[in-house]
Amino acid sequence: MKLYCLSGHPNKPCNVVTFKSVTLMLDCGLDMSSVSHFLPLPLVASHRLGSLSTWVPRDADSQLEGELRECMSRIFIDSPPEIGPPTSGLVDFAEVDAILVSNYLSMLALPFITNGTGFKGVVLMTEPTMQVGRIFMEELVEYIERTPKARHAYRWKHYLRSLPQPLCDVKGPKTWQQAYSLKDINSALSHVQIVAYNEKIDICGALKVTAVSSGFCLGSCNWLISSDHEKLAYLSGSSTLTTHPRPIDQTSLKNADVLIMTALNHTPMFNPDSMLGEFCVAVAQTVRSGGNALVPCYPSGVVYDLFECLSNHLDNLGLSLIPMYFVSPMAESSLAYSNIFSEWLSSSKQGKVYNMDDPFPHAHLTRTGRLKPFKSLHAEGFSSEYRQPCIVFCGHPSLRFGDAVHFIEMWGNNPQNAVLFTEPEFDFAEALAPFQPLAMRPVYCPIDTSLNFTQARKLISELKPGKLVVPEMYLRPPPSAPHRTDLTLNLEETPLTYSECQVLDLGIHRRLESVKLAPGLALALNLSNIRPGLSTATISAGLHVQDNKYVLKPLEDEDTISKLPNSYPYGNLSVDDLVQRLAQAGLTDARVEELPGVCIITLENEDVIIKISDASTHIICSNTKLREKLRDILLECLSSF
Amino acid sequence: MPEIKVTPLGAGQDVGRSCILVTIGGKNIMLDCGMHMGYNDDRRFPDFSYITDGPLTDYLDCIIISHFHLDHCGALPYMTEMVGYNGPIYMTQPTKALCPVLLEDMRKVAVERKGETNFFTSVMIKDCMKKVVTVTLHETLQVDSDLEIKAYYAGHVLGAAMFHIRVGSQSLVYTGDYNMTPDRHLGAAWIDKCRPDLLISESTYATTIRDSKRCRERDFLKKVHDAVDRGGKVLIPVFALGRVQELCILLDTYWDRMNLKVPIYFTMGLAETANKYYRMFITWTNQKIRRTFVHRNMFDFKHIKPFDKSYMDNPGPMVVFATPGMLHAGLSLAIFKKWASNANNMVIMPGYCVQGTVGHKILNGAKKIDFENRTSVEVNLTVEYMSFSAHADAKGIMQLIRHCEPKNVMLVHGENAKMEFLKQKIMQEFNINCYKPGNGETSIIPVSIDLDVEVSLPLLKHTMALPTSSSSSSSSSSSSSSSSSSSRGNNTEENRTKKQKVLHGVLIMKNNNLRIVGVNEAWGDLGVTAHNLRFTERIEVDETGPVPALTSALHTLLSQKLGSSQVQAVNEFQLSVADSVFINIQDDEPGKTILLSWTHQDEGLGSKLLDIIKSNYKKS
Repeated sequence: MKLYCLSGHPNKPCNVVTFKSVTLMLDCGLDMSSVSHFLPLPLVASHRLGSLSTWVPRDADSQLEGELRECMSRIFIDSPPEIGPPTSGLVDFAEVDAILVSNYLSMLALPFITNGTGFKGVVLMTEPTMQVGRIFMEELVEYIERTPKARHAYRWKHYLRSLPQPLCDVKGPKTWQQAYSLKDINSALSHVQIVAYNEKIDICGALKVTAVSSGFCLGSCNWLISSDHEKLAYLSGSSTLTTHPRPIDQTSLKNADVLIMTALNHTPMFNPDSMLGEFCVAVAQTVRSGGNALVPCYPSGVVYDLFECLSNHLDNLGLSLIPMYFVSPMAESSLAYSNIFSEWLSSSKQGKVYNMDDPFPHAHLTRTGRLKPFKSLHAEGFSSEYRQPCIVFCGHPSLRFGDAVHFIEMWGNNPQNAVLFTEPEFDFAEALAPFQPLAMRPVYCPIDTSLNFTQARKLISELKPGKLVVPEMYLRPPPSAPHRTDLTLNLEETPLTYSECQVLDLGIHRRLESVKLAPGLALALNLSNIRPGLSTATISAGLHVQDNKYVLKPLEDEDTISKLPNSYPYGNLSVDDLVQRLAQAGLTDARVEELPGVCIITLENEDVIIKISDASTHIICSNTKLREKLRDILLECLSSF
Repeated sequence: MPEIKVTPLGAGQDVGRSCILVTIGGKNIMLDCGMHMGYNDDRRFPDFSYITDGPLTDYLDCIIISHFHLDHCGALPYMTEMVGYNGPIYMTQPTKALCPVLLEDMRKVAVERKGETNFFTSVMIKDCMKKVVTVTLHETLQVDSDLEIKAYYAGHVLGAAMFHIRVGSQSLVYTGDYNMTPDRHLGAAWIDKCRPDLLISESTYATTIRDSKRCRERDFLKKVHDAVDRGGKVLIPVFALGRVQELCILLDTYWDRMNLKVPIYFTMGLAETANKYYRMFITWTNQKIRRTFVHRNMFDFKHIKPFDKSYMDNPGPMVVFATPGMLHAGLSLAIFKKWASNANNMVIMPGYCVQGTVGHKILNGAKKIDFENRTSVEVNLTVEYMSFSAHADAKGIMQLIRHCEPKNVMLVHGENAKMEFLKQKIMQEFNINCYKPGNGETSIIPVSIDLDVEVSLPLLKHTMALPTSSSSSSSSSSSSSSSSSSSRGNNTEENRTKKQKVLHGVLIMKNNNLRIVGVNEAWGDLGVTAHNLRFTERIEVDETGPVPALTSALHTLLSQKLGSSQVQAVNEFQLSVADSVFINIQDDEPGKTILLSWTHQDEGLGSKLLDIIKSNYKKS
């Protein structure tokens, strides 16, 4: 059993595991951190961005002209943004039998794996993962495609060493790629096979994989990969907190031979509950003083909890009339889908459907017009609905594309406005860098509900895996807080670790395989009792294989059976007993010769020598018939099975 | 021989009151708990006292409800709250949501309209539903450590499911009611090739091959359209859940396409509730509805408006969907009384009507209906019957059997004579047993089981690496000239055993755990010492050349026969075959002696080599 790591970002996992000649990919997350090095894509041509001075390194040729621009002494790439797909080359994607997707955040690199690589396998995920994942991918494509750039900058990649920080430190920019298209998404998703929680899916007849609830987001799961004798658990993006999704199923993960654990909390130094509180307070403060609140967000996920908590909070403060706008090409779809996936929600949300209520309160908020979804700023009706002060939820949290770019430009110079960062993935200073100087107030309240190190340690001690495998990074404090040794996965027993482009032998060696025994064969077996509770029999049978499943059936071929021993002798031989039995069979000329450690019986007339020592007998003769006779006599003298 | 025992307490050679008791692998399961719509007395509920003398909770491991129709779940509160059962009840989420709505509606009719006492109460329905555990489609749900159940999509009505039940290596599938063709709002039933020991299938339409659905729909639309064209009013009595949604979608899209302005109404209350549920359970509807629901929800009807009692007397044409479906009470009957005398009007009965109802009477051609309060009404309007029930027809049932490959079939939920016909057909076409027990009659279905054993991986790998065994090769390998021709002649024989490898090892049974290991591995596991048996046979041959020449000739010969990878030269006078049989050549002027040595375990290879050497180097 081997693990190949194709991603250097534990929160954008992409690993491959080979086991029993099956190749499984565990998640294919897309590392989007590269986009922060690019200039934002404004909806309408921005005068400010257009007038940023170009920047050229001293020793570079003039071809770099216009590829890089400077804003407040940070250098940005003036090009459609590029993203870093999982490492290729370590694993041939054509060999992958199945991709197991844990949640919609961990599938965004799918087109890079499935398209044009010869991929022939299946992609397994739950229905919400598929639908919400599609919403995420389509939103990304829409954002990038609706603001096309004439020029694609790539020459800067050859001058990395001449560039200032942080651009000179980026990893493998030559592997970065432009975003995929709508067609790519459809072709990638055509490989998807929908699974339910706790549905056992057969992979090539050799393994069973099962998705079990992970409590992190709508339809999110952990995976169990099991053969008849071995169990591997893959835990990615899990939460033990109570939010809207169905709670984590811990029992199924117990007692695995190997537990791979990844995608722990992005921002372990922030408590999600208190951040949610701070978020509500900050928004209320902003709108009460007449400012607008901008919440850059993804089209699904924690944003549902934000709607719910914020509307309650505003109600309590008598601010119910402040409008909330949800601006995304996928806003309407996201809201609609969230309310039909009740089977995937927490029991309290699920319980609402039995009273004919929609599971999420945002259904009610939209019906009453407090929360208004719009496709974009230009969508019909937005300008007539738009009132200030207001709260706008919109993408993209990187602030490089999407309607958020426009709102920052529009509201940036007013200190009464606030931008609230709740998505933990992007650093807020990085995100805001190309918009500086800004008067707008940034509020950082990252809400990541996934396991922090304390929760992970507790979970590990409950699950008791045989071996634990984690990204190497988790054994060191985060780079942003090097002194916080509590923010590591320090365990009594050091786990196995992996890092990008590494191959790790998980050290699981199979010893047994399950086989079916046909009833006819079982009945014909002649069991001998060795001691109470232990009996045994020699077995010769036909082994049939179909779809990697084994069945033993009786052999029909008499000839083959007669050639195979039907019993095996054990223990020591009594020489006297043998001589007596030989005589009974008419072989009366046996001469016994006792030597140290060995006894030799010679049958002079028959040209036979029998050498007997502890637990072994050697018959030397030149007549097949006689040899078989001697063999049978010998076996009668010994215990056998 | 293990067996599966099945006793229908209802739906045995009968449509209605589905309730089937199953014993499989020592587990007792009740499949559905329905009531009979045709009875008002004790016969309406299954006879639970039949099951056991003791408490039901001790006897039954679980109850499974296939869908929300009352003939499948109507007796549930009676059983759990009045007879007494506290164990788990399994059903899908939509069934759990809709079941209490229908139960409550039925309770109201029975208690408030008919004045029945000793009926279950609203509180009992609520308490009963608290015992329900929901199952998701395709999820394998572990009832206990031995018993697992898995639900499959059944079509029929929203949330309807088929259940696969497994205990160890024994399994059965219960279909509930199902539909093998997709309709306007639901998909078709689907199950994988799960090869159960027994398939218990409904057989409502055991002998019918229904005319194409499209024709039936066109017929329905034409009749409605003609009636409103001539200024008539059309009444369609329906039950609130199930077919009414199908007909509403049908009529709504038709009105849209034909640009018709005649009003369509449905009665408030239950149907509206139902539509709301349908919107929430979109994932249970068909592909098309699921794909488009964000922008257009099929259950937000464009042309269909809520009905008010006062509309009854409005002039001009209209179409009204009204409950209940058999014209036995309520609004549908009230409207019928108003409209029946006008020959321009029409009533379309879209489903089955139980004897004694007004629906049943008019379908049988009654021209005058008398009511209890000594009023009566002339039946002048056109009466049409059109079945829109979503059950599998004979073709669909056969299709399901073909698809899941059961070892036995049992038919329930059908009429005896029709079931008999289908039973013969199934036995003929699939060559498997088919059962159709009556109510209270027990069928015992013997099942064969394969034993599971564990085989050590080294032994398995060794066996898989062996050349494939076939009956012809071992016997004909003695002479090379005949082997090629005989293997060609025995081609079919070889094909038959193509995938067979010969496994030879030791089976060890320790505390009822079966394991097969290689002979050499077995000794340690058994804790006994092997007695090694070695044989050496001397073969004298006439060869006069030097020893190395004979060694090399033998090497060539054996490589040809066994494959070159099997034979190794140790030195000039020694060969080893498959690392286990050794050949020594001694100079024994004037001829040579070949010493062939092998262990008891390699008897097969040893005697084969002996044959080869003897037949090639005969001493004259």
